[in-house]
Amino acid sequence: MEKIKISLFIDRENKNKTVQLIGDSKVADLLKELNINPVTVIVSRNSELILEDEKLNDNDEIKILSVISGG
Amino acid sequence: MINLKLNCCSEKPVTSLYSGEKLCKNHFTEYFENKVFKTIRQFNLIEKDENIGVAISGGKDSLTVLSILNRLSKENPKIKIIAIAIDEGIAGYRDRTLITAKEFCDKNNINLNIFSYREEFGLTLDEMLKILDVKPCTICGIFRRYLLNKKSRELKLTKLATGHNLDDECQSIFMNQMRNDLKASARLGPKAGLLNSEKFVPRIKPLYLCTEKEVTTYAFINGLLDNFNECPNAIHSFRAQVRDTLNDLENKFSGTKYSIVNSFLQTLPYLKEKFKNGEIKICTSCSEPSSNGICNACIYVEKLKNQVALQN
Repeated sequence: MEKIKISLFIDRENKNKTVQLIGDSKVADLLKELNINPVTVIVSRNSELILEDEKLNDNDEIKILSVISGG
Repeated sequence: MINLKLNCCSEKPVTSLYSGEKLCKNHFTEYFENKVFKTIRQFNLIEKDENIGVAISGGKDSLTVLSILNRLSKENPKIKIIAIAIDEGIAGYRDRTLITAKEFCDKNNINLNIFSYREEFGLTLDEMLKILDVKPCTICGIFRRYLLNKKSRELKLTKLATGHNLDDECQSIFMNQMRNDLKASARLGPKAGLLNSEKFVPRIKPLYLCTEKEVTTYAFINGLLDNFNECPNAIHSFRAQVRDTLNDLENKFSGTKYSIVNSFLQTLPYLKEKFKNGEIKICTSCSEPSSNGICNACIYVEKLKNQVALQN
């Protein structure tokens, strides 16, 4: 199956990275691939929040923001 | 197959609730604010005539509380709001969050009062941790609670609001169970504390029934989200481990955190009743309330002084 390339920024790691996923992947698949618990993050694309069942597109720029703060 | 996950309207959804309902930006904001106002009413957190301090760090939880209570204050002029921040002296973390706190208060014309460990106790937290072999969250929690209560009373506040959310409460309940410390649990709840005294300024938690994810979603939508996360000292704490465990459970069994807090709320009146007769002593060193002859803050100040003297 065709693959898509996703550019990521993960704020908890303060890191940019790129991942490849199969064509019809959703946000939930991306989080699973990264081993991130969906309860602990919100996800945005083009400064808009997106849900776990949202389909990802080739060359999407995604931000994964941790909900954990303080201390 | 019937899709039970209904959208609120034709706008693009930005979040889905525990019930499965998907909400757009505007409907989520309305849902969240209504939930906070309902919490305030349900637990009688704020009366008609109050002088409220909001403890802020510059993080999303405290700025969310401040933003919502500031709106409440504008709609009800007898409810007055000020902000209080504690500068523990954690390089690379608190200095950055305090800039956000100042900017927010300036922009919204909110009086901000900052008190620091260095000014009040002579050293920053970073310096204290180089001197004493103690868990950072233990000593920091003692000094922080001490200063917040003392300064709130000096500022003649009737209540102190904090940004504690459902996740925080759930973690505390879980930790107290693991430590077999029911008395500590009796101090929890949307109106924190156990014993009434003019020495204690009552603490309230308007975000009590909001999950951390809901608060973050609200903060993101309303431009209150900071760019920094966890305190560097908290990452390996007992609380962090409990938090991760609870988040794993929540992911597998949706609604776990709500269930824990809701069942706790049913037992809380019995806990408060059981421990209501404790005695409040006055610290012989600083005259602040204490459970012993000398309060924990003064005990640590003394330990720090002794260590500094030994090193010199």
